[in-house]
Order: sequence, then C-alpha cells, then structure tokens
Amino acid sequence: MSRNLVLGAVLSAVFVLAALISFAWVPYDVTQMDITNKIKPPSPAHPLGTDHFGRDILSMIMVGARTSIAVALVAVGIGMGLGVPLGLAAAAKKGGWLDELIMRANDLVFAFPSLLIAIMITAVFGASAINAIIAIGIFNIPVFARLTRSGALSLWTRDFVLAARVAGKGATRISVEHILPNVTNLLIVQGTIQFSLGILAEAGLSYVGLGAQPPTPSWGRMLADSQTMVSFAPHMALFPGLAILLTVLGLNLMGDGLRDRFDPKLQRARQ
Amino acid sequence: MLRFALKRLLSLAATLWVASLIIFLSLEIVPGDPAAFMLGMNAQEDTLNALREELGLNQGPLQRYLGWVGGMLVGDFGTSYTYRTPVAEMILERVQVSLPLALYALTLSTVIAFPAGIWAASRRGRAADVTVMGLTQLGVAIPNFWFAMLMVLVFAINLRWFNAGGFAGWDAGFFPAMKSLTLPAIALALPQASILARVMRSSLLDTLSEDFIRTARAKGLTRAQALWRHALRNALIPVLTIIGLQFAFLLAGAIIIENVFFLPGLGRLVFQAISARDLIVVESVVMLLVFAVVLVNFVVDLAYAAVDPRLRGQK
Repeated sequence: MSRNLVLGAVLSAVFVLAALISFAWVPYDVTQMDITNKIKPPSPAHPLGTDHFGRDILSMIMVGARTSIAVALVAVGIGMGLGVPLGLAAAAKKGGWLDELIMRANDLVFAFPSLLIAIMITAVFGASAINAIIAIGIFNIPVFARLTRSGALSLWTRDFVLAARVAGKGATRISVEHILPNVTNLLIVQGTIQFSLGILAEAGLSYVGLGAQPPTPSWGRMLADSQTMVSFAPHMALFPGLAILLTVLGLNLMGDGLRDRFDPKLQRARQ
Repeated sequence: MLRFALKRLLSLAATLWVASLIIFLSLEIVPGDPAAFMLGMNAQEDTLNALREELGLNQGPLQRYLGWVGGMLVGDFGTSYTYRTPVAEMILERVQVSLPLALYALTLSTVIAFPAGIWAASRRGRAADVTVMGLTQLGVAIPNFWFAMLMVLVFAINLRWFNAGGFAGWDAGFFPAMKSLTLPAIALALPQASILARVMRSSLLDTLSEDFIRTARAKGLTRAQALWRHALRNALIPVLTIIGLQFAFLLAGAIIIENVFFLPGLGRLVFQAISARDLIVVESVVMLLVFAVVLVNFVVDLAYAAVDPRLRGQK
C-alpha cells in the first residue's frame, strides 16, 4: 500500500468517524447557546474554543462533518446513478443518436460556469442542503457519463466482449455483466475526487449562505460567521477551515493512491 | 482548416442557442412576480399592471424570449428591473473588475505553475519533486475563500499592507486598483496554480519518455537541453487546454472570492440580482458568461488545429 493511500484513508476516516460519533455523542449540545462563554480561545474545557454564541467549536465541527459528507456523498450518488447508465448506453451504441445527444448535453453542461449555476439553483429553489445536493449533483452527471463512456468504448473492442456477443448476449446484458465491472476502478477513483470537490463546493455554498440553513452547523457557515471576528477570534476561522482542508486532502490522497493501485501499467512496473 | 473552423462555429452557435433556452426556461419557473417584488406588498393592482406593461412582463413567453435573444444580438441586454439602468451598462462596469481580476489570477497561476511543474519534472522522485507535489496537494485541497480570509488576517489586519476589501477603482490609478485586486487574485490563483503545475509536470514527464527525446539525448544533448529545446514545446498542449478552461472558470467562478473582498464584479452582480428577483440581469449575465466559456474553448480548439494538423480530422 502506498503512503498516499494510507495517509489519505486515515485522514478521511477521522472525519467520517467524527460525523458518525456525533450522532451518538458530542462534547456539547450545538443548539445550546452559552453567552457567558462566548468567543473563548481553546482551553481544556473547549479544546477548539467557542464561537460568538458560546457554542463549542469541536462539537460544531463534528456535527458539521455530517452535513458536508452527506451533501457530497449524495451528490456523487446522483452523478454516478445517472451518469454511469448514460455512459454505458452511449458506448453500447457508439455514434447513435443517444450517444450524440449525451455527448452534446455533456458539452453543454460544461459550458455553464458550475458555481454560478449552483448558486442560481439554490437561489431559485431556496437555500437548503437538499438544493445544494442537487446543484452539485447535476454537475457530477456529465463527469461520470463521459468517464464511463470512454472506459466502455475501449472495452467494446475487446475479445471477451466479442465472445459474449457470439454467445448471444444483448447490449444491455453485456454492459451490465462485462463492461460495468471493468470500469468500476475508474469510477471509484473519480468518485473519490468528486467527493472531495463536493465537500469544497458545499463549503462554498454554505459560506455564501446558500447551503444548509441554521441551526444545522456546516463548515462553510462557520467560516462565514467567523469572518467579521477573524481579527480578535482567529480560532473561529482556523479550525473549520482546517477541517475542510484535511478532509479534502485526505480524499485526494486516497484518490491518487487508489489510481496508482488500480493502474495496470504501474502495477506491472512494480512487479 | 476552414471546414474544421466552420464546423466548430456551427456547434458553438447550437450550444449557445440551447443554453439560452435553458437559461430562459429555468428562470421562467422562478416563483415570485418581479413587479410585485419591486412595489412591495401594498401595491395596487393597476400600478402593478402598469409596471408589468413597462417591463414587458405581460407579453407571452415566446415573445419575451425572442425579444431577449434578439436584443442581445445587437448589444441590447434589456433594462434592469431594480436599478432601471441598461443591463449592458451594468455589465460593462462590472467587467472592469472581473476581467482584470481573472487575467491577474491567470497570470499569477501561470507564473507559479510553469517553473514549479518544470522543476518537479526535471527532478522526478527527488526532494524537489516531492516538495512541489506535496505543496500542490495542499493548494488543491485548500478552500480558496478560507485562504483569502487568512491572507486578510495576516496582510490586511496585522501587517496592514493591503486593504481588507473593496475596489479602489481605475480612476484611482493603475497601481492602487491592481493593489486592491492582489489578495483576491492570489486567493483565486493558488488552487489553479496547483492544478496547472501538476498538469505541467505529468505532461512533461510523458513527453520526456518519448523516443524523440532519446534521439535528442543520443545526439549528445544534455538532459536540460533536451527538456528546454524539445520536450517543453511538445508538453504544452494539455497545459494550454487547462489554461483555457481556467480562464473561463476564473471569469465566472470568482463569485465567492468577490464576496470575501466585497469586490463589485460580475459574480456579485448575479448574486445580488438573484436576491432582488432582477431576472433580466441574471439571464443576461449568465448568458454572457456561457458565451465567454464557449468562445474561449472555441479559440483554444482553433489554436490546436492550427498547431497540430492531426487534430483537425477528429471529432
């Protein structure tokens, strides 16, 4: 196992665990204000300090991890759930009208500045975690469709697919039984990367107030709250930002490590 | 070459047409009547009607769509509902912030990424490579608005080298204006530079393993000579693609950074227009940004085809 993979997996696991633990236990209730203890720097009682309402920042980060991870994960799910079948279908009938339509639709989505459209969607349909998921998820669809298509296209020319056709299997069955398992590695690597991009996007949207709404804590929102207080309470800005940075870093390292691991060229070099 | 250009131009027009339909239709379903929004809750029905008439809201969707698209083709982007000024004027004003900011950030990104990528590739596997790659991992993972806040804390609040936000305006002179764009440009450039340096490195490594480099080395060129004279030029194609994409992204994607620094750019204009239900502004600015993205991609495609004839035949 490569160093990247281990380090990435450990970093990601820390935040996933923090999110999971927060369902059962958090150091302090994040909906409870404690004005007498507001804007306290880190101390034994509050290891990461408190915010302007006296809420414990460690607890907020733990609960905020849920929002970030849930939004990014479901957005990846939307992208894969719709993008992969589209990509498989496009590759099965290469050059057909469906292929052409899917590829043109892809180009179209890429022509839209993603962040702007995400902001438009959340602004039009209302700011909420659900709409943030949809806004981020829409842009994952073409990513997975394109990746699946290109991976599948090279597989369709292979002998084992020919053998399956000779055996009388239809395009759908071949796609599901033979093509899909062989593009899974590609999808896992891309999924990890889209997951980390989703976390960044969610943080950005909630920073401008278009993500999860209060009182649900989210990392982006914590940063927005801290902005006016950064001069006298830097800890309020420091820790949520570090949480985003380390999670995204962990996922990216994991994606890189997985790619190296799955890449047959590199594997042969290693043997 | 001409055929290729015409074909690409046709698909550019088709993309823009579909994009305009999508933008128009998606804003059609926005809840809320702009006239009611502007006049408030106590407005009389006849006042509302008069305003709808004035804004052209009483016309059918098809008429409004055609009016909008037709207007844009001759440079008329309509009149803002809330500011009552021509949208074209507002856009022109905001572009004076967004375009220089995007160019500034792109320049910074290229100036950082090229040496970093080349250095890492020429020392593959050694300390320099590992350091550069480690830094780019951090650069990609850092949320740029958070990095912007930290820079404000250090360079504006503690050291007082820069203002924490706002735009000096071009009337104040070139250097004060650029100075107010410096921190935002750095914040925008950091993740872009990291991506670009990685692309530069991997593209250069691919090229360095090609046969013509071995031939060049066999001819007696040193590693450095082979890299600078032969490999670099050939490694630039993917790098240029990314630069093209980044420019388009920077033009539109600065919205959050514009918010951090209170810069009056295009992104902020859209953001404000959405909350004020000023749909004509939203439609026109988004359409303009889509046009910019498509146009940049078109130019990049043409540039490739001009450089590399093999690409002309491909779809």
